[in-house]
Amino acid sequence: MNRLTLVRKNLFRKKTRSTLLLLSIAIAFLLYGALGAFNQFWEDPPQTPTRLVTLNKINFTQPLPYAYYNRIQSVDGIAAASHANWFGGYFREPTNVVTTFAVEPEGWFTVYPEFDMPADQRARFISDRTCMAAGAPIAEQYGWSVGDRIPLQSNIFTRADGAEAWQLEVCAIYTSTADTAGAGAVLLHYELFRETASFGGNSLGWFVLLTEDAALNESVSRSIDDMFANSSAETETSTEAAFNQAFLEQFGDIATILSLVIGAAFVSILIIVGTTMVLSIAERTKEIGVLKTLGFRNNAVFGLVLAESIFLSLLGGLIGLGLAAGLLAGAEAGLGDAFPPIVMTVEIVGSAVALMLLFGLITGVIPAASALRLKIIDAFSKG
Amino acid sequence: MTALYTLTDLSKRYTRGKESITIFEQLDMTIDQGDFISIMGPSGSGKTTLLNLLGGIDRPSSGAVDCEGTRVDKLSEGKLAKWRSQHVGFIFQFYNLMPTLSAAQNVELPLLLTNLSGKERKRRVETALDIVGILDRKGHRPAQLSGGQQQRVGIARAIVADPKVLLCDEPTGDLDRNTADEVLETLQLLNRELNKTIVMVTHDPAAAGYASKELHLDKGRFVAKENT
Ligand SMILES: Nc1ncnc2c1ncn2[C@@H]1O[C@H](COP(=O)(O)OP(=O)(O)O)[C@@H](O)[C@H]1O
Ligand SMILES: [Mg+2]
Repeated sequence: MNRLTLVRKNLFRKKTRSTLLLLSIAIAFLLYGALGAFNQFWEDPPQTPTRLVTLNKINFTQPLPYAYYNRIQSVDGIAAASHANWFGGYFREPTNVVTTFAVEPEGWFTVYPEFDMPADQRARFISDRTCMAAGAPIAEQYGWSVGDRIPLQSNIFTRADGAEAWQLEVCAIYTSTADTAGAGAVLLHYELFRETASFGGNSLGWFVLLTEDAALNESVSRSIDDMFANSSAETETSTEAAFNQAFLEQFGDIATILSLVIGAAFVSILIIVGTTMVLSIAERTKEIGVLKTLGFRNNAVFGLVLAESIFLSLLGGLIGLGLAAGLLAGAEAGLGDAFPPIVMTVEIVGSAVALMLLFGLITGVIPAASALRLKIIDAFSKG
Repeated sequence: MTALYTLTDLSKRYTRGKESITIFEQLDMTIDQGDFISIMGPSGSGKTTLLNLLGGIDRPSSGAVDCEGTRVDKLSEGKLAKWRSQHVGFIFQFYNLMPTLSAAQNVELPLLLTNLSGKERKRRVETALDIVGILDRKGHRPAQLSGGQQQRVGIARAIVADPKVLLCDEPTGDLDRNTADEVLETLQLLNRELNKTIVMVTHDPAAAGYASKELHLDKGRFVAKENT
C-alpha cells in the first residue's frame, strides 16, 4: 500500500457516487475534445498558402471549358497548374462511395506536393492510363493493394462502349504528409476518362494552381477571373485558405455557441463535483482526525484530499477524451475521404490535460483546505 | 523507576464565549516507564482531555507536558505530528479504522510515514497482527470483523510503529465482558512482555483491575490506588 492506494480507495468508497462524478467529468471533456477539434479545424483549417482553386463562378458543380487550362497556365505568377473532374465513383455497390477525381497525374502531384508514395509507384501511375492511385485510407478501407484490378463505377457517368465499369489497376497508394482536403481520394487519368466516358469529357471540373509566392495570390486570382469575365463560364479564383475560410465562416457563430455550451457544461459540472467533494470530505471528518492523530501532517492530509479530486478529474477527463477520439473517428468514417480528418491535435489534448489538473485543483482545494485546518479534537468531538 | 512523563503545574480551561470552565488546575503527575495506569472518573471529569494532552493532540492552557525531556506542549504542529507518529499509539473506543482499507492496510497506515521498504512494512504489519492474534483476518475490511476483532486491529495499528506509550480511551467500552477481557489481556501482555507504558481511561472497574495503578480523576484532582 502507498498513499495513492489510500487516495484511490477513498475515491471509490461509494461506487455509484464516484461513477456518476466520473461520468459527468467525462462528458465535459468529451465535449471539450470533440468540439475543440471541430473548433480548431474551423479556425485553422489545413492549407498551403500558395495554393489557389479556380471554380465556375455560378456553382462549383458547373464545368469549365477545357480550353481554359492552357490560358490559365499562361498567367504570370503561376508556378504550376492542374485540373480535376469529379467522377462520382463507387466500388461494386453505389453505397460504397469512393471519392474519385479524374486528374492530369503529373500536374496533380505537383500542386499537391504533400502527397507521397514510392517513386516506382508514382512513375508507373503517371505512365499508364489504366492505372489508378488510391489514397491510403480508401485502399485500407476496401483492402486494395498495389497490383489489384479494381472495377470502378460512376453514379454520374457511363462508358461510351457500354461496359459497366472502369477496370483499373491499383498502381500507387499514396499518403499525405498534411491534412489536405482530398488526400484520401482515388485518382484516375483524365485522358482515360475523356476517351471512355459517354459525355462530360470535354470540360473540366476545377483547377488547382500554385503561385510563385503567396504575395501574388491576389493578383493572380484577379488576372484569371478577369480573363474569363463576361464569358459563358465565368470563374472564381480564391486561395485554398480563403476557400476553406468562406466555406467555414457559415459555422463561425456555431463555434461561438459551442464554446459557450462547453463553458456552461464545465461550470455546472465544476459546481457539482466541487460540492460533492466538499460533502464527501465532511463525511470523513473523523477519519481525517485519525490520520492526523497517527502523525499525518496537515500538508500531507491536504495533499491526500487534493490528490483525490485531481485523480478523479484526470480519470474522468481521460475517459472523456477517449470517447471524443472515438466519436471523431466515427465522424471521419462517416464523412468519407474527401474531407480532411478532424482530429484532436496535440494542443487540444495538452490543454485538456491542463484543464483536468485545473479542474481537480479547483474542486479539491476547498475540501483540502478544510481538511488541513481541521483540529484533531474538533474532528473527534464532531463525531 | 524512570519517569516517562512529567506533568507540571498543568492547567486546562475551555472558554465558551464569556464562560470559562476549568478542567484541571495546577495538576502534577508522573508516569513511569512500564506503568499500566487506569484512569477512572465521572463523565466530563477530563479523562479524554488528559489523554489528549499526553498524546500531543491538544495543548494545555498552562504548565508543562514533558516526555523524556521533550516539551510536548511546546512542539510546533509539524514536529508534534512527527513526535506522535514515533512515540505514541492511540486506541479508541470505537476503533476508528478506515472502512475502505483491509485490516493489514489499516495497520500499515502509520508506517507510510516512515522510510521503511514495502517488504519491511509488510513484515512489521504481520508481526503486529500476530501479536494481537488476528493475523488470519488481515485481508478483511472492518465491516467484516466483530467489535473485538476490530479493536485488535486498532491495537495492532497502535503498536506497529513500536511506540513507548499506548493511550487508550475506553478501549473496551463497546465490547461485551468476554471480549473485553480478551482485549484487556492483550494490553496486559503488551505491558508485561513488550514493556509498553499504557494509560487507559475506563468506566469499568473490572477493566481498571488489569492495570498496575488505578487513578481516579474527580474535579481536577487525582486519587491514587496501587494494584497488586
Ligand atoms: N473542545 C471543547 N470545548 C469546550 N469544552 C470541552 C471541549 N472538550 C471537552 N470539553 C469539556 O471538558 C470537560 C471534560 O471533557 P472530557 O475530557 O471529554 O471528559 P471525559 O472524557 O472525562 O468524559 C467536559 O465538561 C467537556 O464538556
Ligand atoms: Mg471521554
